[in-house]
Amino acid sequence: MSAHEKAAPGPTVIPFGPQHPVLPEPLHFDLVLQDEKVIDAIPQIGYIHRGLELLVDKRDYLDYVHVAERICGICSFMHGMGYCEAVETLLGITVPDRGRWLRTFWCELERVHSHLLWLGLGADSLGFENLFMAAWRARETVVDVAEETAGGRVIFGSALVGGVSKDPSDETLKRCIAAMKPVRAETLRLANVVMNESTVRHRFEGVGVLSKEMAYALGAVGPMLRASGVDYDVRRRGYAAYAEVDFETVTETAGDCMARALVRVREIEQSFHIMDQIVATMPSGPVAVPVKGMPPVGEAWVRLEQPRGEVLYYVRSNGTRNLERFRVRTPTFANVPAMVEAVRGASLADVPNIILTIDPCISCTER
Amino acid sequence: MSGIEKSPWLIHYDASSCNGCDIEVLACLTPMYDAERFGCIVTGDPKQADIFLITGSVNHLNIPVVKNLYEQMPEPKAVVAIGACAYTGGVFSECYNISGGVANVIPVDVYVPGCAAKPESILDGVVRAAQILAEKRKSLKVSQREKRKAMKKAKRVKGGAKAAGGQS
Repeated sequence: MSAHEKAAPGPTVIPFGPQHPVLPEPLHFDLVLQDEKVIDAIPQIGYIHRGLELLVDKRDYLDYVHVAERICGICSFMHGMGYCEAVETLLGITVPDRGRWLRTFWCELERVHSHLLWLGLGADSLGFENLFMAAWRARETVVDVAEETAGGRVIFGSALVGGVSKDPSDETLKRCIAAMKPVRAETLRLANVVMNESTVRHRFEGVGVLSKEMAYALGAVGPMLRASGVDYDVRRRGYAAYAEVDFETVTETAGDCMARALVRVREIEQSFHIMDQIVATMPSGPVAVPVKGMPPVGEAWVRLEQPRGEVLYYVRSNGTRNLERFRVRTPTFANVPAMVEAVRGASLADVPNIILTIDPCISCTER
Repeated sequence: MSGIEKSPWLIHYDASSCNGCDIEVLACLTPMYDAERFGCIVTGDPKQADIFLITGSVNHLNIPVVKNLYEQMPEPKAVVAIGACAYTGGVFSECYNISGGVANVIPVDVYVPGCAAKPESILDGVVRAAQILAEKRKSLKVSQREKRKAMKKAKRVKGGAKAAGGQS
């Protein structure tokens, strides 16, 4: 073909990321386009891979909690706690009641902070700066409560094998619940904005649809799965104190960006409901049991429900102070095939908000 | 606050951190801490940015990306490395896939301590970087002026030598 002949209109490949204004973390996509329509998306991950699963070789199994908490800064407490639960299963330790209750409190606090953070980033992907700022302003109260009760704003630093390392008084917890009242009201207001504001509806409704069958077949987890109408929540397993509290599993049926947004916004209200019950029924007593000695030879695994969905922790011990293997299967990794499916067929301008509605957490995914 | 002359534009990149510092960088830009008070806004385009906020210990896949972003930024520019792992690798310093700090990849002007760094200290880092930026701008102007002077002088000397050659 000579240079003057026009090339036949074939697919165009547009690189998306790793540095992109809507992405807080590096993620790379090759978007294959036919005109404005995305016909395929090829993800490439690895920009945050640090190789911290291998650090179990070099750290004492009790100290590794600090590394586990830094798998991801958004769900840090749950990562620390998941590691602890796996090691506790291996050792056959039962955590005291107050420890279990506090773990549930911090898990739900983290869920609220993560979902508010997502609401802000999701709004930012639409260019809705006002909603971004409002969600993040509401979130500040939540991270202040985290700092007061656990000690850290984002990395809580309170997970411990055998329980938790901080013991906030009952009065502090009650004061914190009272301090978060305005956040609840603000969340309801923001939920109203998401549901009724025409700019949000225009960008979210009917965009990035994932059917119930596809979501299930591709192994989606968390809000991504529940927004497509599958009632699946690992908290029903009853780890920590979830067996003793009453909560509703939030599901939607539409499977579009709007459904995923609504699942998260409605889950915030459920998390507040759980925290209320936890603080009202807080048992007294120790928060942790002392852990001594070597872990026995063997393996153990647990599952938890993170803000982004189901996460699995696996530990294997060879009887020394260093574990042999630690493995995490994170929710975003499970959601990547479903995200690619949701992006297929969308227009190029909708790609940022579809990617944002799976709430990607790349540093979990790549560790 | 003294020494800040112009409104610096920020660019933020997560070079393999745990996210903790990144969400604190975003917290700096939202109403509670509000870096816009100092005239800062975030841009996604390195060609418009003055201050590079970088978190994390830079893994091997990220090294060319970070270098590329840094090279695209116009002079004068300042780099703020945020968090313990941007300094030495922090809790990940023994991991096999990291380069052990931002300074191994690009020159750093300000280090912000913490794991995760607190928004107050990130703001402090940004303000310090803005002051360093103002100084760099000044010295850049001086060096450009001197360069121009030297060029003029060289021209004059050359012209004078020619004239002298013509007389003899």
